[in-house]
Amino acid sequence: MTVSPSVLERIDQFRWRLPRHYKDGMRVDGVIYASEDMLKDILADKALDQVANVAFLPGIVRHSLAMPDIHWGYGFPIGGVAATDVDAGGVISPGGVGFDINCGVRLVRSNLHEEDLRPKLQDLVYALYNNVPAGVGSKGDIKVSEKEERKLLADGAGWVVAHGYGRQDDLEYTEDRGAIKGANPDAVSDRAYERGKRQSGTLGSGNHFLEVQVIDEIYDETLAGVFGLEKGLITLMIHSGSRGLGYQVCDEYARGMIKCLSKYNISVPDRQLACAPVNSDEGKAYLGAMKCAANYAWANRQCLMHLARVTLERVFNLGPKDLGMELIYDVAHNIAKIEKYNIDGKEKTLCVHRKGATRAFPPGHPDLPAKYRKIGQPVIIPGDMGRNSYLLVGSEGAEETFYSTCHGAGRRLSRTAAVLACRGRSIARELQDKGIFVKSSGRETLAEEAPEAYKDINQVVNVVSGSGISKRVCRMKPIGVIKG
Amino acid sequence: MKRYEQFPHTSDIGVHVYGKDLRDLFENAAFAMFDVIADLENISGDMEETIELEAQDQDLLLVAWLDELLYKFFTKGLIFYKFQVELLTECELKAKAFARPVAVNRNRLKTEIKAVTYSGLKIRKSDADYEVEIIFDV
Repeated sequence: MTVSPSVLERIDQFRWRLPRHYKDGMRVDGVIYASEDMLKDILADKALDQVANVAFLPGIVRHSLAMPDIHWGYGFPIGGVAATDVDAGGVISPGGVGFDINCGVRLVRSNLHEEDLRPKLQDLVYALYNNVPAGVGSKGDIKVSEKEERKLLADGAGWVVAHGYGRQDDLEYTEDRGAIKGANPDAVSDRAYERGKRQSGTLGSGNHFLEVQVIDEIYDETLAGVFGLEKGLITLMIHSGSRGLGYQVCDEYARGMIKCLSKYNISVPDRQLACAPVNSDEGKAYLGAMKCAANYAWANRQCLMHLARVTLERVFNLGPKDLGMELIYDVAHNIAKIEKYNIDGKEKTLCVHRKGATRAFPPGHPDLPAKYRKIGQPVIIPGDMGRNSYLLVGSEGAEETFYSTCHGAGRRLSRTAAVLACRGRSIARELQDKGIFVKSSGRETLAEEAPEAYKDINQVVNVVSGSGISKRVCRMKPIGVIKG
Repeated sequence: MKRYEQFPHTSDIGVHVYGKDLRDLFENAAFAMFDVIADLENISGDMEETIELEAQDQDLLLVAWLDELLYKFFTKGLIFYKFQVELLTECELKAKAFARPVAVNRNRLKTEIKAVTYSGLKIRKSDADYEVEIIFDV
């Protein structure tokens, strides 16, 4: 069901309210972050109805939130944020995290400039394509025994670094230091282990990618300086998740939690919102398994970065010091986290679901690495492969969104519509004309992922920046893209 | 009668599946899923898997059936192309599925389906046939 525009109430230039009375059973209002121009696309599909459905979750506090990259998902909308009060029967929903648990992005800087890279761009893209396994059902070279796999699920990126794929300070610049505490490998089924096997260090397919980018705009010189970034510098961006292991974990717990709906007397309008109280046995088991999948994803992105570093060292015949490929940060954008917030004057423990949304801690937050404590958490926002990506930092204004912000451009066309729109065109050629060299393993991936299938990232970022929930640091444009 | 058609979904893939009876609907749903995953035209093979499942109701049984096939696709590397549902009750299914190893020609693969979702899934009976809409997370 699509929502009629007349239902939405304007709060200010960037905020819209979907009032509780829209649907019987909503416990709180929905609040959508968007500009007026973006509303037409947002209203065109069922995303706003999903914002209303999320408002049914027991224990939800403040609002059912939607970031400006909101679009139609399953259960939660993509771009949905919801926090539940853990000590007041608040629930956790596997559908509020998604199948690709800890799908996320990392941004890596380098000492290279565009003019160093251009002459070798094609070689580099081919080399990355050959060295980084991508595509449907791809398998990695990094083999992990079953016993070691359990350790990997507990230690995440730390396990990978301990085995020689990266440096200790990479962990410093990964959300949760690359391993969220409390992961319970016993809560992960044999089937999930089986699906995760041989996939460590693989990119996956669909919208996952590895991108070579150049910084084309600096918004704040001081902030950019802290990251060692300047105009014309080359960065690398990696977008991937927990692969088959995460999908299987979500699958099994989402199915199991359908039974919890009657057990705990919970009413939700969509089975994909199946949930259980965070403090129940089922809730705890899911959280323990979800953390394992999240750690697997951090391990995976760490492997991918390692493969990319080694490839660049070879192609440019430079050592790690000269190449300067330091990790800026790694963020999760499909995850649930237990965090503390002040709600109506009382400190509450909340379960914050971020489904296609990024954590964005403000300056001074104790969980940030020392280097970033004064400036706020780096937030990495990938765009489509023809336009831009952004580096932002968190700001105090995001307290109202449980320190959450957008996660990407957000799709506006379905895959079928995108393929139809691109019929008879060569997307690779069009991108090459713009100076972007693309290599993809999937047949229709390029058409499905064509720039016009996405909202304009610049509009999305204008909203999070204009509404004060994040601050712009710099903008990148792609020049080399590897797609699954 | 059409076995299925894709409907537009902004982030994922939606299929509208038809069947003259419930068995047919389950077989066509499996066909639709693998038709999204791989190019099934003129495909043949001699692998066979038997699948037996139970679930709380028929909608959940349909998802369980597709999940099971997807799991076998990922872990055994099999592209399924033909399905025979032998027993189907409100909460029980027994079926055979015929497949070919992915490794024979990887170029047949098209789209990675991560999972089958429950979102909006409801088997409906219309005048002469059955239908259901399924959203795959891709």
